[in-house]
Amino acid sequence: MGAADRITAPLALPIARQAPHKRKLSMLVAQLRDPYALIGVLIYLAFLLVAIFANSLAPYSPTDILFTPDGQLAAALPPSLEHLLGTTALGRDVFSQLVMGARPSLFVGVTAAIAVATVGTVVGLLAGYFGGVVDRMLMRLADIVLGLPFLPFVIVLVALLGPSLMHIVFAVALLLWPNAARVIRSQVLTLSQRQFVEAARVTGASDWRILFVHVAPNILPLSFLYGTIAVGWAILTQASVSFLGFGDSDVISWGTMLQDAYASQALDRGQYSWFVPPGVCIVLVVLAGFFISRGYEELLFPKLRDS
Amino acid sequence: MSYIGRRFLHMVLVLWAIATILFLMFRLMPGDPSTAYIDPTFTGEQRQLVLQQFGLDRPLYEQYFIFLKNLAHGEFGLSFRYRQPVLGLMLSVLPNTLLLTLTALFIAYALGGLFGALLAWKRGSLLETASIPIVLTTRAMPDFWLGMLVLAVFAFGLGWFPSGGANVAGARYASEWDRILSFDYLRHLALPVLTLVAYLQGLPALLMRSNMLEVMREEFVTMARMKGLPERTIMLRHAARNALLPLLTAFAISFGQLIGGNVVVETVFSWPGLGRMLVDAVANSDYPLAQGAFLVIAFVLVFMNFVADLFYGLLDPRVAHGSG
Repeated sequence: MGAADRITAPLALPIARQAPHKRKLSMLVAQLRDPYALIGVLIYLAFLLVAIFANSLAPYSPTDILFTPDGQLAAALPPSLEHLLGTTALGRDVFSQLVMGARPSLFVGVTAAIAVATVGTVVGLLAGYFGGVVDRMLMRLADIVLGLPFLPFVIVLVALLGPSLMHIVFAVALLLWPNAARVIRSQVLTLSQRQFVEAARVTGASDWRILFVHVAPNILPLSFLYGTIAVGWAILTQASVSFLGFGDSDVISWGTMLQDAYASQALDRGQYSWFVPPGVCIVLVVLAGFFISRGYEELLFPKLRDS
Repeated sequence: MSYIGRRFLHMVLVLWAIATILFLMFRLMPGDPSTAYIDPTFTGEQRQLVLQQFGLDRPLYEQYFIFLKNLAHGEFGLSFRYRQPVLGLMLSVLPNTLLLTLTALFIAYALGGLFGALLAWKRGSLLETASIPIVLTTRAMPDFWLGMLVLAVFAFGLGWFPSGGANVAGARYASEWDRILSFDYLRHLALPVLTLVAYLQGLPALLMRSNMLEVMREEFVTMARMKGLPERTIMLRHAARNALLPLLTAFAISFGQLIGGNVVVETVFSWPGLGRMLVDAVANSDYPLAQGAFLVIAFVLVFMNFVADLFYGLLDPRVAHGSG
């Protein structure tokens, strides 16, 4: 275990050294008793609802160029009843963009989380269970990936592959799996020594059966933890990449809104209603992921809980 | 082999792998492999020079060896946009990036470390309960957005600081040192540093807090209590000193990650650094410059990981003498 893991966890994650105990899926639910986790889940739900009903919530089409009743371009208007958050420099409704922007952000966050958790879990399981050459090769690969600078790599990859949300998800998944894989691997190493695995082996269960039926369910909470961490990272990355101008310009996201505001001198004019709300939305979604993973860390690493 | 030797070998291996990945990425692009090095507008002479330097008319595997050899000599090719060697361009902006990164990191770790120690000391208090969500919030903020807020308030709103760049346009200085030590440079440095400090302090604060809580359970702290030492002495002389060490490792890793992570903050503040150079190069399809900047950023990251590993082995001898 090197020191060089990407610092991704909101709290410093100690590596699991505690004696593992059998963990059930019901723990996924049990953690809701943690107030942080509950707030996190509620924020997720709220944004999920906004994303689902975005079409009915947005008063205008986010790309429509609007005009005032007297035929003037409705550019850079301050907030009003017609335009809750004002309009952009090109006369588009900021509130409508904000609501529609929830979709790409959540899409990127959720798909990246699934990808990171899946790859990290599979690699961690294989490396930890089979050991030997498989382990050494997979962990070397993890070391190499951890040596790639995060944002620069995403930028170069997206620039070469073309601007699309899927490419950003791909890049994020490519870079974030090693953190999950390393921790899950060490957990599998200790689990493999446990009696229930030994018992399964004695009864003649195959390696794959032991791996996926007996070992895998016990590390699922860890997969879930790294999944929730990936949600925030993916959303932040998508926003940064869009802000730098490498995003898909056809998709209106919170990142492209901020880029638009920055490039259209909204800062200069002090048009706070344009560039503050998208940032607040990003913060809320990322924070929700932190809160949920925080609840998890305390569950998985009880030593953290201050007695 | 010694621990240091093994880690060093590991570092070289990772660097070689990253250079290879980069080579393949730019070669597997659609189009002629020479598009990675030759711009259509190059003069015939420049074209011939680069063709020869990088062996672009040779088979791919030969190009690969030439690429590695050039890399070892610090030869990154000719920038498309500036028509200058990439290495010189990068060296001219490197001081700006290093100054920004190091200033921000030092302030962030000093403040964050102190704050984290305070949180551990006052654990269970209202201060701690209220601070943790606030610290987590600063970690959840996109740093470029934070930079935009800072710009809107302090540069455009209040007009206290310039809104971008590293020096007033057209200013001339006798030497690089004069430029960097000028008051004007400091004024330009203030806002990006403020942004990065606000963004970065969360990690040392949270780390320090959990380290302190751990150390405070150790026997030597109980011993100090039994000796009847005042609480302040116990906290500062005994607990904080020992909790501080893991922060060193985090500092080294953060430094490595920040050289590349700075790309957005440098862009927001038009700070002429390596990150912004990378973004500009990629945006303008200046492939030699993009490759060079990427490799330098990756090199710093991998090297700082190596340094962190050394700290790690130094602080926890079990790592150095074990299998790690």
